[in-house]
Amino acid sequence: MADAPLFAFEHVSVDGAQRPRLQDVSIVVPGRGVTAIAGPSGAGKSTLLRCCNRLEAPSDGVVRYRGEDVAARDPLLHRREVGMVFQQPVVFPGTVADNLRVADPQAGRERLAELLRRAALDPDVYLERDASTLSGGEAQRACLARTLATDPKVVLADEPTSALDETATAELERLMRSLADDGVPVLLVTHNEPQLQRLADHVIRLDEGHLTSTAERPRG
Amino acid sequence: MDEGTITVAGLVLSLSLVVVAIGISLREHLRLERDMVVAVVRALVQLLIVGAALELIVKPSTPLIWSWLWVAGIVLFSAVTVRRRAPQLPGVFGIALTANATTAIVGLGLTFGLGIFAVNGRTVVPVAGMVVGNSLKSCVVVVQMLASLIADRRPDIEARLALGLRGTDAARPIVRHSLRLAINPQIENMKALGIVFLPGAMTGLILAGVKPVDAVLVQLALMYIILGAVVVTTAMTALVGTQRLFTSDERLVTLVRSREDE
Repeated sequence: MADAPLFAFEHVSVDGAQRPRLQDVSIVVPGRGVTAIAGPSGAGKSTLLRCCNRLEAPSDGVVRYRGEDVAARDPLLHRREVGMVFQQPVVFPGTVADNLRVADPQAGRERLAELLRRAALDPDVYLERDASTLSGGEAQRACLARTLATDPKVVLADEPTSALDETATAELERLMRSLADDGVPVLLVTHNEPQLQRLADHVIRLDEGHLTSTAERPRG
Repeated sequence: MDEGTITVAGLVLSLSLVVVAIGISLREHLRLERDMVVAVVRALVQLLIVGAALELIVKPSTPLIWSWLWVAGIVLFSAVTVRRRAPQLPGVFGIALTANATTAIVGLGLTFGLGIFAVNGRTVVPVAGMVVGNSLKSCVVVVQMLASLIADRRPDIEARLALGLRGTDAARPIVRHSLRLAINPQIENMKALGIVFLPGAMTGLILAGVKPVDAVLVQLALMYIILGAVVVTTAMTALVGTQRLFTSDERLVTLVRSREDE
């Protein structure tokens, strides 16, 4: 399965209350760089992302991860391998260290410090900080550090900068770029066209649950 | 007026506080006024029927099987009540039925096994009522809390699922919080025992001529059994109920928030 694409959607549909959230979508997500999933609100972008780590199950079709049907994989192991950062940063009660230990209960101080450094947070300042006192940008980076604590092979990011200011957005974009450059591909849901232009190596566009286009974006 | 009797006028006057309660509910938009009226009317009808039926049950000539059938009815009704309070929780009726039945069996088994009371028509139904009735209050609180918190805190649970936690582990903080809220009143009740209120069984025994110390011991044993029953029933309902909130591949099912939570 070495050459298999990161994710392959084969005629995937997901039912919704009013109308299908995804309808007969077939796409291939390459195993490198940043892949942006773009489209207007209600296009099915988040649904597609959630199918990648089994928070959502297709009502029809197959989602493959490196050639393997994700429905046949152990969901707990799969989710640790396919990490996810959400639109609104969700910090758990306790310190930042407590948050990281939810993902990696055995982690020692040095490991926790390394995770925070990867998310551009100074461990001396943040490790013992009450997570509920973090700003939006800090909380989102703490959530990224928590996601990295499971050593994911790919990171899914569901509009992670939508609630952040310009500076925090730039910092998070830099982190996602550096993850991708370090060999951890990123699937980024965004409806922010300038962000897509800045970050994406590949673009998948959806509208009303349908795939409308896919494109490569060679970066200079 | 004889002790222990009340006139119809007295009963109507006692409703004046309920009228105040309904006024508060209307003013604060608690949407409890309809429930209060239903509860008042139902309590009246139910207790009149129960009073008449108990007259028959406690007769020494009545076979004990009627008491046990009554107990089965109490357990069934409790499960129906729990389901009505949180219909959005999958399988909640079966879970509450099993938990209440287990509690009733263990509670009655201990009460009669330890010889606190003799098994007869005068004891089976009241003791089952005490055990299951106290458990029901906590069960209703726990299922309502679970249904409301799980719907509210879906992002928190999914963030934990996304880290590879099992559904039951992801929901654990919410389950703990709900259990504490549901069980705490029973613990507070026990702490206030003898100071804030004198429990009915003890008072009844003393009035019936039993030595106060013996009455106290009986009451203590009953309270311990009730506390255990409340915790076991509530925990069983919450823990098994939480498992049903997740699919076999550890996805959280969709719960619709009830209007009562708004």
